[in-house]
Amino acid sequence: MELNKNDKINIDEILKDIENYRPRRRGWHWREPVDNLEMGPFTFHDMSKPLKNSYGLPSSKYFGNIDPQPRPVITTEIASGRFEDDIRRMRMAAWHGADHIMVIRTAGQSHYDGLIEGTPQGIGGIPVTRKQVRAQRKALDMIEDEVGRPINYHSYVSGEAGPDIAVMFAEEGVNGAHQDPQYNVLYRNVNMVRSFVDAAEAKKIMVWADMAQIDGAHNANATARQAWKVMPELMVQHAINCMYSRKVGMDPKNICLSTVPPTAPPAPCLRLDLPYAVALRDFFHDYRMRAQMNTKYIESDTREATVTHVLNILTSVLTSADIQSTITPDEGRNVPWHYNNIAAVSTAKQAFAGMDGLMEMLELKNDGYLREKAREIKERAVLFMEEILEVGGYFKAVEEGFFVDSGYYPERNGDGIVRKIDGGIGAGTVYPRDKDYMAPVTAHFGYNNLPDEVKNPSDLIDGCTFERPEKIVYIDELDEEDNVNLRLKESRKYYSREHVKPEVEWAGDGYILQTMFLPVDESTAEVVALEIGKKLGLVDVEVVHKNIMQDAEGTLVEIKGRVPFEIDATKLYIPPKPEVMSDDEIREDIERRPMKVVAGTVGNDEHSVGLREIIDIKHGGIEKYGIECIYLGTSVPVEKLVDAAIEANADAILASTIISHDNIHYKNMKKIHELCIEKGIRDKMIIACGGTQVANEFAVEAGVDAGFGRGTKGVHVATFLVKKRRELEAKGLK
Amino acid sequence: MPIKRADDYEVRREHLKNLTDEELEERFWALAEKIVDPLVELARNNTTPSIERSVLLRMGFSSLEAKDIVNNTIDRGLMGKGAGNVVLKVSKKLSRDYREVGREMAQGLHWDLAVNIFKGGEK
Repeated sequence: MELNKNDKINIDEILKDIENYRPRRRGWHWREPVDNLEMGPFTFHDMSKPLKNSYGLPSSKYFGNIDPQPRPVITTEIASGRFEDDIRRMRMAAWHGADHIMVIRTAGQSHYDGLIEGTPQGIGGIPVTRKQVRAQRKALDMIEDEVGRPINYHSYVSGEAGPDIAVMFAEEGVNGAHQDPQYNVLYRNVNMVRSFVDAAEAKKIMVWADMAQIDGAHNANATARQAWKVMPELMVQHAINCMYSRKVGMDPKNICLSTVPPTAPPAPCLRLDLPYAVALRDFFHDYRMRAQMNTKYIESDTREATVTHVLNILTSVLTSADIQSTITPDEGRNVPWHYNNIAAVSTAKQAFAGMDGLMEMLELKNDGYLREKAREIKERAVLFMEEILEVGGYFKAVEEGFFVDSGYYPERNGDGIVRKIDGGIGAGTVYPRDKDYMAPVTAHFGYNNLPDEVKNPSDLIDGCTFERPEKIVYIDELDEEDNVNLRLKESRKYYSREHVKPEVEWAGDGYILQTMFLPVDESTAEVVALEIGKKLGLVDVEVVHKNIMQDAEGTLVEIKGRVPFEIDATKLYIPPKPEVMSDDEIREDIERRPMKVVAGTVGNDEHSVGLREIIDIKHGGIEKYGIECIYLGTSVPVEKLVDAAIEANADAILASTIISHDNIHYKNMKKIHELCIEKGIRDKMIIACGGTQVANEFAVEAGVDAGFGRGTKGVHVATFLVKKRRELEAKGLK
Repeated sequence: MPIKRADDYEVRREHLKNLTDEELEERFWALAEKIVDPLVELARNNTTPSIERSVLLRMGFSSLEAKDIVNNTIDRGLMGKGAGNVVLKVSKKLSRDYREVGREMAQGLHWDLAVNIFKGGEK
């Protein structure tokens, strides 16, 4: 199924025949670097192969609509609870430059001992199931064709069912996953022996599937009371997972360190974060860096979050990043809203583009504070590992609370996470393999008592699902009350133009955000804002952000609430989009044949701002294309305007008509039209009129060639003039 | 209880401070290897319900069947043999397709036979 830019991705189409869908490829895709990439007026130094279809940054229109794609893979995390709505979010993110879609799992899935099947709704994420994964991979296959770059699909191989999930991911073409047994132990309280034994099998399966692995070390940043003090420990956690993975057979080029600059302003973050970033890359040069953005110090202020995230990208540029993860600027206030995924992706894209070629001009100093500090962090990490071995190894160290202690190791604050070797979920579920233990499948780790003649264990069963995917058993739904079919019955209508409702997470959720400044103190402002929301007719109104401008003078407040109605867009008149030519095309046409216009505000009308905006080069008016403008001023009699046009041998008359009572604006247009007929020039004179109350259809009815209303820009008028002149030329009238 | 300790970095680092950066890095990775080696050994010689379910999934059983087979394997004390192995051996004994037999085992059939096969010392 091919996507069309102007049609919504069809969820029903995706779910159709899903039981037979097979992923078309395996493995991770890294962006393809392009040296000296020529785009628009520029040569880029650190960019990758451009996309076939994408949206550039808003200001790209000044540079030939270029959309340079940075070299790091760009991640967006998606977590709405309904996978069917997430698919649309994925498409939007891909169009803005994301090529790593990380699916967050629903709360509690780590403690589910087995695979979840079907499509139940999740909380803070989705239940990751075969049907959901398959549907999303199928959708991403279409989306990657549409944008022109492979998209990596990613979720979690962790919890009590790590190996089960790894198999399902390998079968379903998932490209990357978080896998780190330490994460289970420290943050999910899964028994540590079980976690490590499971991890080896899961990793081996990931090796077969050529998946990229991301570790879980960055969680220590988010958990420790003072995030920047856990830097030595972070290096230890990275090292344990990297080395463990390599011992299982993973290629270091598929092993990614999840690393976060630990601090955020007003902390002097680069002074703290940069030495750490350098130390990490010194020790882990064989591995990949997945640079995450800081979440620890993100509050409800999206502006503040964005600035911190730009500084995080600066750290990536100054050191390195193979994958740049993004955090939505609203993460501190709610479950990410879909348009904020796009905001976060754009922040990364914008910052990387702006810093393109930076490291050709700068280099990090090889001595002084930066290197000394980096060396110190590295030594502290070495000391940490020495003590792990002194106390009797990893499990003992965890029992003694070595990890996520807020002290700057070797300082210890006694507040680390303690887990017992026989404690946690799944304790006592590890079984020694007997001499005659055997597993007849591909990608099995560890002792396997195979008959001598067998090369690949799965030969014993004539191929396992990895060689023979037709052996995969697909389960559609297990829960009759909680599945996508029932949800779509409710939400399907919101995909149509008949039932338009605002949304931020799910189709038809109705949420909107309102920003307001209230000239009162914070406490009052909060209550007043809620009241305003209710009076606006919103339901479930909540304050999501406030910022004191000055205690007595006032407070900025943002509220969210649900709109309780829907709009039938098919019953509305949707004005056609004004046609716009590219600046280059307009310029070319004016160069080919110069154009002259006579302009003025007609009648007893002293308004001049609008017309000047359309004409003046400094406002982006038509002068910038080389169109010669003779401006006659305000309150110009219609006769004078027409006479001036004849005298100057102008191609067009531009008349501004702001005053509209008694339809004077259309009456004046009619007068211009009739006067031109009278003077015998109407057939070759272009007449365009503009004003805040002007509608094209009524202007044309009054006899002129075009009317331009509110929001008109120079480019619209210039496009019209060029097109109209070409028409007249074709008729031999010019 | 985890200990509290003041920062004694300057004392502890005595043996590190004269190492070159390369020597420090080598030491770092040597220590990492020492820490993980026993963990890898543990993984090599043990199995878990999740690992055995993952084996059964790869053999072509559904997640529900895999769970039931593994639970039965645990109940019969056969985890050390490998759940996939148990299914395969039973199906051989019955001279039938292993997936059909496995599905019946998920329903609770053939387990006495399974126990007999392995208690009999068959390899």
